[in-house]
Formats: sequence, structure tokens, C-alpha cells
Amino acid sequence: MLIHAALEFPVWGDPNAPAHLHVAPEYLERAYEETATPNVVTAILADYRGYDTMFETAVIFSAGLACFFLLRTRSRKDPGDRFFRHLATDMVIRIQNPSMKIPDTPYLQPMDSFWTPRSTIVRAASRVLAPFIQLYALYVVAHGHYSPGGGFQGGVILGASFILIALSHDLRTCMRQTPEKLIGVLSPAGVLFYAGVGILCVLAGGNFLDYGALAGWFGMAREAARSLGILLVEMGVAACVMATMVIIYANLSSAGGHRQGL
Amino acid sequence: MDAIIEIAIAKYNYWMYISLMMIGLYAIIAKNNFVKKIIGMNILQTAIILFYISISAKRGATIPIIRHAEGHGHEAVNAMEYMNPLPHVLMLTAIVVAVATLGVALALTVRLYARFETLEEDEINDQIREAQ
Repeated sequence: MLIHAALEFPVWGDPNAPAHLHVAPEYLERAYEETATPNVVTAILADYRGYDTMFETAVIFSAGLACFFLLRTRSRKDPGDRFFRHLATDMVIRIQNPSMKIPDTPYLQPMDSFWTPRSTIVRAASRVLAPFIQLYALYVVAHGHYSPGGGFQGGVILGASFILIALSHDLRTCMRQTPEKLIGVLSPAGVLFYAGVGILCVLAGGNFLDYGALAGWFGMAREAARSLGILLVEMGVAACVMATMVIIYANLSSAGGHRQGL
Repeated sequence: MDAIIEIAIAKYNYWMYISLMMIGLYAIIAKNNFVKKIIGMNILQTAIILFYISISAKRGATIPIIRHAEGHGHEAVNAMEYMNPLPHVLMLTAIVVAVATLGVALALTVRLYARFETLEEDEINDQIREAQ
């Protein structure tokens, strides 16, 4: 059935295909004049289809929320052997007796049984790489107007740099840099920041997410205000996506325990 | 014969997307392991993304970023020179949904494994039947 339908489709690369003839040329011809944003994809994503992107960000946030509630909040019983690391000597202690109580000392660190130590070369290389990845992610977010990029891509790269630390060291090192409370606040804060920009537009006298209304407040041209609005919502998207990536990875890799990780 | 070969070459993006989509559907329906089902779901989503992105292509066009934008920006933009940006935007959001569904699906499988200690669908069904 699909093959039969495909026989009726336009051939690949046909400039006169129906998809190219209705709304798309309008976007291409007017996007730069109206929003001062050369990257038409970014202009459509954050300006013309702003509602779509806002609820997209909400979808990401609710996925992170679902992972959190599925894995993090249940009461964990530890069946079988327990593993502890003595921090001073780096020795791992294995306790087979389930009824034996372990005192809550700062010298012993509970460990996941499936964790294996990483090679020094991998750890050193990813420690050097991570800041450059984060810098590049910020560039991708801020430069989304002029080159391929934007909030979603930059947020994923930023999240990937933290996941790289978690993979090459262990999850604890990663969660020291991005504490659970911080990313738990950052993820909804991104969505609320996006919605807040929309509400700001309403207060300035325009429609919801109509960034041109901000022009009067900032004393700039309407096009420049729309460009600024796109940048602001992209920052909200990036914060939400980054936090959610780390939440999903941290909960999945340690089954909600947030100990050593994979 | 020549006509068939011509159709096969001119529309090869559709054949690619149909075969990827069928591989994904087969994995979702026929595989017994939940992780394989999730992989099949991802292949299906990739097929949809490939379909939309291939629609946006135009012969001789470049990426939808307006050239020479700074300086002489008020020249008329010829829409024939740029690819269709709309499928790119739609697929950006589709990729995001794919990541979200993947995360939630994997979280559910982790819970299933903790509860049943297997990820095979028939074994889990047996365990549920025995418990009743």
C-alpha cells in the first residue's frame, strides 16, 4: 500500500513539489525581513511556531518528570551482596550478610555492583574535553540565528558533556557538578522562562509570544526585538533540555539510586 | 523496464523510508524482547524523519539560511534557492519527542526488570498468569 502511494509522490528534489508551493516560500521570503534572523529554521521554530515549541519543551520536561517518578521515588530494597568502597584506601568491601548493619560513616561509600573502574587515559581525556564541549554548546545556543543550531541542539550538547563525565568517571562526580536539586529546578525553570517571555509580550501589549511587542520597552526596532525574543526562548529551551538529559541519564544508568552509575 | 528503473531511481528516498518503516514495524510487532521493541520504535521514528527531510529537498537549493544577510539584506529572497525549512522544523520537534519517548520507555523497562527479572514478553505474561 505504501509502495503504491509512493508511486504518486513527487520525485526527489523536485522544486515544484506541492510541499514547496504553499506556506514555505512565504516563510523563506519574509522571515529575514520580519525577524532579522537569517536562519529560517530558527525563525519558524521560535517565532512563527512558538506555541508548538513551548509545548515541545513541556513534553521534554514531563519526560524527565516521568523518569524521575518511575525510578527515583520507589523504595529500593537491595537484594544480595552489598558493595562499599573505603575512600582512604580505595578498597572495595563486599558484604554478603543482608542483616549486617553498616554504620553511616564518611569513610565508606555505597557502590553499585555493576560499576567497573575506568582507564586513566579515558578519564583524563574526557576531563580535558568537557569544558570545550560546554563552550561549543553555548556557542550553538547563542549562534542559532546565523548558523545551524539553537536551543534543542545546544542543550543536548551541554547535557552530553555532563553525561560524558558521568560515563568516564562515575555518576557521583557528575552529580557533584550538577546537583539533583539544581537540575530539578533548571528543567521546569526553562519551560517557565519560555512562558514568561510570552507573558512579558502580553504585558507589553501584544499577543502571547509576539516578541515584536517588546520593541517599545527595549527601544529597538520591531525586527530586532523579535530576534531578541527568539534568543531568550532558545535559552529557556536549552536549560530545560540540558537538565532533562542529565535527569534521564542519571536515573536510567543507576536505576534511580544515583550512586556509581554504569 | 526502463520506466521501472527510472521510477526506482527517481524516488529512492521513498523506497528507503518504506523499508526502514517496515523493519521498525516488524521489530515492534514480532520481537519478544522489550529492548528490541524499543529499538524498533526508534527505527520507525527515524523512517518518518527521513521521509520528511527528503521531502524538503530541492534540486540545486542550499540550506535555509539567508545568504549575505548582513549589509545588503533587503534584496528579494528567491525561495527556489533555499530548501523548504518547514519539514526541518517539524522534524526537530519529532526528534525531541523521540528522545522523550525513548527515555520513558527505558525507565519503564528498568522497572519491569526490577519486578520480573526478565525482559521477554512471554515470560512476563507467564509470570502474571501464574500469579492470578
